[in-house]
Amino acid sequence: MPAPRPLRDIAVVAFAQTDHRRTSDELSEVEMLMPVLHRVLAQTGLKTSDIGFTCSGSTDYLAGRAFSFTMALDGVGAWPPISESHVEMDGAWALYEAWTKLLTGDADTALVYAYGKSSPGSVRDVLTRQLDPYYVAPLWPDSVALAALQAQALIDAGDTDEPALAAVATRSRTSATGNSHAQLRGSVPQGDYAVRPLRTGDCPPIGDGAAAVILAAGERARELCERPAWIRGIDHRIEAHGLGVRDLTDSPSTRLAAERAGLFERPVDTAELHAPFSSQEVVLRKALRLDGSVDVNPSGGALAANPIMAAGLIRIGEAADRIRRGDSDRALAHATSGPCLQQNLVAVLEGEPR
Amino acid sequence: MGKEPVAVVGIGQTKHVAARRDVSIAGLVREAAQRALEDAELTWADIDAVVIGKAPDFFEGVMMPELYLADALGAVGKPMLRVHTAGSVGGSTALVATNLIAGRVHGTVLTLAYEKQSESNAMWGLSLPIPFQQPLLAGAGGFFAPHVRAYMRRTGAPDTVGSLVAYKDRRNALKNPYAHLHEHDITLEKVQASPMLWDPIRYSETCPSSDGACAMVLTDRAGAARSPRPPAWLHGGAMRSEPTLFAGKDFVSPQAGKDCAADVYRQAGIADPRRDIDAVEMYVPFSWYEPMWLENLGFAEEGEGWKLTESGVTELDGDLPVNMSGGVLSTNPIGASGMIRFAEAALQVRGQAGEHQVDGARRVLGHAYGGGSQFFSMWLVGAAPPAS
Repeated sequence: MPAPRPLRDIAVVAFAQTDHRRTSDELSEVEMLMPVLHRVLAQTGLKTSDIGFTCSGSTDYLAGRAFSFTMALDGVGAWPPISESHVEMDGAWALYEAWTKLLTGDADTALVYAYGKSSPGSVRDVLTRQLDPYYVAPLWPDSVALAALQAQALIDAGDTDEPALAAVATRSRTSATGNSHAQLRGSVPQGDYAVRPLRTGDCPPIGDGAAAVILAAGERARELCERPAWIRGIDHRIEAHGLGVRDLTDSPSTRLAAERAGLFERPVDTAELHAPFSSQEVVLRKALRLDGSVDVNPSGGALAANPIMAAGLIRIGEAADRIRRGDSDRALAHATSGPCLQQNLVAVLEGEPR
Repeated sequence: MGKEPVAVVGIGQTKHVAARRDVSIAGLVREAAQRALEDAELTWADIDAVVIGKAPDFFEGVMMPELYLADALGAVGKPMLRVHTAGSVGGSTALVATNLIAGRVHGTVLTLAYEKQSESNAMWGLSLPIPFQQPLLAGAGGFFAPHVRAYMRRTGAPDTVGSLVAYKDRRNALKNPYAHLHEHDITLEKVQASPMLWDPIRYSETCPSSDGACAMVLTDRAGAARSPRPPAWLHGGAMRSEPTLFAGKDFVSPQAGKDCAADVYRQAGIADPRRDIDAVEMYVPFSWYEPMWLENLGFAEEGEGWKLTESGVTELDGDLPVNMSGGVLSTNPIGASGMIRFAEAALQVRGQAGEHQVDGARRVLGHAYGGGSQFFSMWLVGAAPPAS
């Protein structure tokens, strides 16, 4: 059943991101974020005090401290006080919260931002802390090992093979040559096995980065942007946490979110997928029924830059930018969270007919 | 077409205690959620989405625990959002859930907040050393004590006021079966004789560390019509934030708190909060915050809040009861504390607060704050549906 059409038309009207890098030792999170906030506001001419609602996504576990987002808020310039909220999730979900806020009519514009610095720690170890704290996390199974389990399941099911995975990685990083923000671009060796069957080339780069988006409703969007990227539908779904109770070769939550977002009503020309591992693109292509006519991850996707907590929001921003530039008329953006694609968000964006 | 009206039709809490060693985190949250569903006479299948909140992940040592909790909260196949706005999170979480209904994204939403502080040590969870930043000075009390002292200096309040609040809240807690601290032998003298922790805050004027969860079922007009018990209706809700530290910040009465209250009152058509609001569930982790917030929320003129407390206005049988449930001073599972305020406000207007019910409570304010008095979230609920 498709979701009813939203009561208000809401669009992405601006997007900015950092150059994503392996390390940013010399910058605090606030210093990394602030230029992005300034750039996204400058695109619309809005000031912090003009924004109706602000929402961010980040995680304390990357920062290594409780309440880490409070300092980022200081960088926004929340004075006089602002209407503001935060999700401990990828910024794509912060955008979802902002979208619902605009739907209520309580605000006409929203600033959404997300950031993550993975460089100070071992992100593979850190992500194990996401797992069931009593039975699984004490075993420290890391994110690459879990993704490898999923990749092997796909190979065993005949859905892919190692050369096909290598082709996904090569295509992504070739596409990224056109993306000055990407961390890994052009010819990247497929490398040795990280965890069999995944080679280093099948895995995302570890990096630091931030992104920001401005949403606006109705006429306000048209005032702020020549060709707004209208959110025609957005939905997200979660699956069971335990890997043993999921079919790792499929992503029913992605499919359901896509249905609810209206993806299958008409074809899209562009898909920005948050697939940190090459094998996950295989799962998502199947769930989203993407064929060769769709330009998948023209930005290079998460295999080219994967700043944790911002990478999903970047997919929405990249898809919206394609529409705003006129390179796309109808695009899908996808974000994921949790081990092996546990939680998935799908947004369908459209430009007005030209 | 305006916003969809939002109603609270189910409320569930756990019995808050220092340590729930008999349940996992998943078991704890499910208990509260199950009770909220039973109150609403609904099943897991009636829930369209789940919105969950808690304070820092470091308190239990689980990163983004909503992923692990999806199964326990019946969220598989559904949307699940995780909110984190520091100590105000319980309130913010409920407000994010209301927006899903008000914006007509979903019909019925389960919202829940929890903290299982016994899984680790909250004080050290808040005391991680960060270079070039002010530490929280050995827990939250160290941060807030100077601001309490500033309030006393500014208003000339006698140093007995804080103990009156603690004595009141601990007695109120005796009437609330879910409250953590049940100090049956409490006396004002005992409060005043308790050790000084962070001058002027005494041991008995501080909140406990609790394990606990609170859940609510929120629904739209059609859902409210099917409710077996009287719903509580949302009349206004708002969040406001300001920076933690900056020159000119008023830590005694932050502007964000004033703005947040004003927004809620505007939505609810409240002209004079002292007259138009029947009772308040207020986030008071240290006793002196009752008089401070009475002023910040517009119930008293600046400098006059302590006089309301001293004259007994905020007692359970007073003219403006505050923290009928016993408040944060008696129960503090940090991430859930804000939602407990919101839920207790709803219980009051539904007439379901049991022994700590305020007779004839029609409009009640729920209040939460967090960070360094930086994040605010509030809602006003009523026994009658909103006018529009």
